[in-house]
Amino acid sequence: MSGSRLDPWVDSYASRAHAMRASEIRALFAVASRPEVVSLAGGMPFVQALPIDMLLETAQRVLRERGAQALQYGSGQGDVTLREQILQVIGEVGVTAHPDDIIVTTGSQMALDLVTRVFCDPGDVVLVESPSYVGALGVFRAYECDVVHVAMDDEGLVPSALDEAIVAVRAAGKRAKLIYTIPNFHNPAGITQGQARRAELLAIAQREGIAILEDDPYGLLGFEGEPPRAIRANDPDGVIYLGSFSKTIASGLRVGWAVAPHGVREKLVLANEAAVLCPSNYAQLTISEYLATQPWREQIKTFQEVYRERRDALLESLQALMPEGTTWTIPAGGFYSWLTLPHGLDATAMLPRAVASLVAYVPGTGFYVDGQGRQNLRLSYCYPEPDRIREGVRRLAGVIESELELAETFGTTHSRGAFTGSSVPAPDLR
Amino acid sequence: MHVLVLSGGLSAERDVSLRSGRRVAEALRTERPDWEVREQDVDAGLLDRLAQHRPDCIIPLLHGAAGEDGALRNVLESLNIPFIGSSAAASRLAFDKPIAKRLVEIAGVSTPACVAMPQSTFRELGATGVLDAVVASLGLPIVVKPTKGGSALGTSVVHTAAELPSAMVGAFAYGEVALMERHVAGVEVSVSVFERVGDVLALSAVEIVPEGELYDYAARYTAGTTEFFCPARLTDEQALAAQALALDVHVLLGLRDWSRTDMILTPDGTAWFLEVNVAPGMTETSLFPQALLAAEIGLGTLTAELVETAVLER
Repeated sequence: MSGSRLDPWVDSYASRAHAMRASEIRALFAVASRPEVVSLAGGMPFVQALPIDMLLETAQRVLRERGAQALQYGSGQGDVTLREQILQVIGEVGVTAHPDDIIVTTGSQMALDLVTRVFCDPGDVVLVESPSYVGALGVFRAYECDVVHVAMDDEGLVPSALDEAIVAVRAAGKRAKLIYTIPNFHNPAGITQGQARRAELLAIAQREGIAILEDDPYGLLGFEGEPPRAIRANDPDGVIYLGSFSKTIASGLRVGWAVAPHGVREKLVLANEAAVLCPSNYAQLTISEYLATQPWREQIKTFQEVYRERRDALLESLQALMPEGTTWTIPAGGFYSWLTLPHGLDATAMLPRAVASLVAYVPGTGFYVDGQGRQNLRLSYCYPEPDRIREGVRRLAGVIESELELAETFGTTHSRGAFTGSSVPAPDLR
Repeated sequence: MHVLVLSGGLSAERDVSLRSGRRVAEALRTERPDWEVREQDVDAGLLDRLAQHRPDCIIPLLHGAAGEDGALRNVLESLNIPFIGSSAAASRLAFDKPIAKRLVEIAGVSTPACVAMPQSTFRELGATGVLDAVVASLGLPIVVKPTKGGSALGTSVVHTAAELPSAMVGAFAYGEVALMERHVAGVEVSVSVFERVGDVLALSAVEIVPEGELYDYAARYTAGTTEFFCPARLTDEQALAAQALALDVHVLLGLRDWSRTDMILTPDGTAWFLEVNVAPGMTETSLFPQALLAAEIGLGTLTAELVETAVLER
């Protein structure tokens, strides 16, 4: 006699769906969306800093003047005018290309998916930073890749560790297909690769014949000096460069892009058509109109100022309030700082107490596939106002103090099981 | 009729509660298309909204603290707004697991031996000594859980003394007091109880067979990961004992309208009370709706009846 599993399709799902489960962590993030909670968890851009009236006018103009085009299917590669405009944007980080080298995607998340789809068979290895962007890990897992974390230091990916990882992968009879890196204002580590380090990594990738997948959603959101020069700027043939308007204009429009060598780009276009037929014409034309008629570089400066003020609020309050033994990275741009808890504390185990104290963060294990990161958590400063950030850090400091007391009482380096993949919230949601 | 379904809240079971609320509201709308059925979260603006648009009846489906500990029900009673489910006073007793266990035990119901302690006890007396004493008293394995809360959040089964400190920390993450309970091996079942025209009735027991050892959060809310048998694979005597236990608990604790009692049945025929829920989950994978379905009673039908009774009598 068999019972009911309440899902008639449970035996029909692909094996990759087995890890898609409800989780305590997701339950806690449901609470974090309430306004009482200071959420330092999600990486939601502060779109309130946009000139909404101007965007409204822009969107209306698109519909009024080019409505038939905006509401119709478009090219699988993306609107050609927008691709020409993207050249100006990527020029800011030193990338030069032809409009034909660009494919517009539904956010750069879709580009991640397409590149993985084109490059990776199940079991192929993707080398990623340690930690790495949770949304990318989710894509690599969906394509059943073996993800191998490579150590980072203050300058980003460590070249000797990358060498060792490649040797180990080869010794295991496997093939590394991609080196996935976020060189600027890393998510979640808040670290930026130095230019010398980029050159070293590129040399290794070229020597080993492994493509670099350079993910750069935050490159224009630095707080000091010129935007760092992209790795792609030094090797158009060996690097696939991903960019996004999600952080510089509006994440809700879901427009990103990939700049890829000719052969790769041809396959990405076909893969894009198979996945979505074409990116949203309406969103593309709205972005294109915005770039053509609005002072977008000035708007990026506004965003930089907004995020710099919030970064400062975070760092000042961390410095003032965090218990001894807590450390954190100092981001020079972007949205995130990576915090390391005092020895013995576990950020996943601590999350329920944090949420009960009305502050939320993302536990570090979400940024690994192998259970690392227990002692870490990601703090996002992009969305809450500075005063809310200070209040959130005050609450978090109290939670850490309580957790230290608990650890001292029980003598634990407690752990309640890692969470990965489907257990974490959508990366850019609260 | 204007009915307000309250769900959400700030507890760790917010998401479950929202799903329960949505399901009950939808069932009620289908059952009574002429009724105005609204869903609302609970926040600082609730009282103002109730004052502006006073409902005829409220269905509190908040899980966890505030929803089940009687606090919100106290407020509704003060406002004299009829609601379905147990009173504030009864909810408070039922929600606190060691208190509920003690009350039913006094009345002769079997429940596994347990100890409940706040974090401060371990801090002041030294965790090692206290945990050693607990293990000596209860034996292993031990189930560790917060004394208040549901959905198995912060719950673990401990097989060795070395696992106990970590389990305690897990339970304290969800509450100030932890319950350590002797693990009883047997068939895990849940019996739902409801009231109809003055009668208290028990539905058939639902047997729970999770993939792993524990019917934990993932097992509860991921369709396909747990196998349910309704009616449970029990002898007639066991089935009656399970229903009798749930009815006893409902009456002994002074519960009202609906409740769900979780228990373990051992081969010797004993039904062991674990806990009772005054706001049972009503999601797609929850036990109460499964039991109703097996009895061919519509969730909307039952809820509408309870609403009508509450409006008439309270």
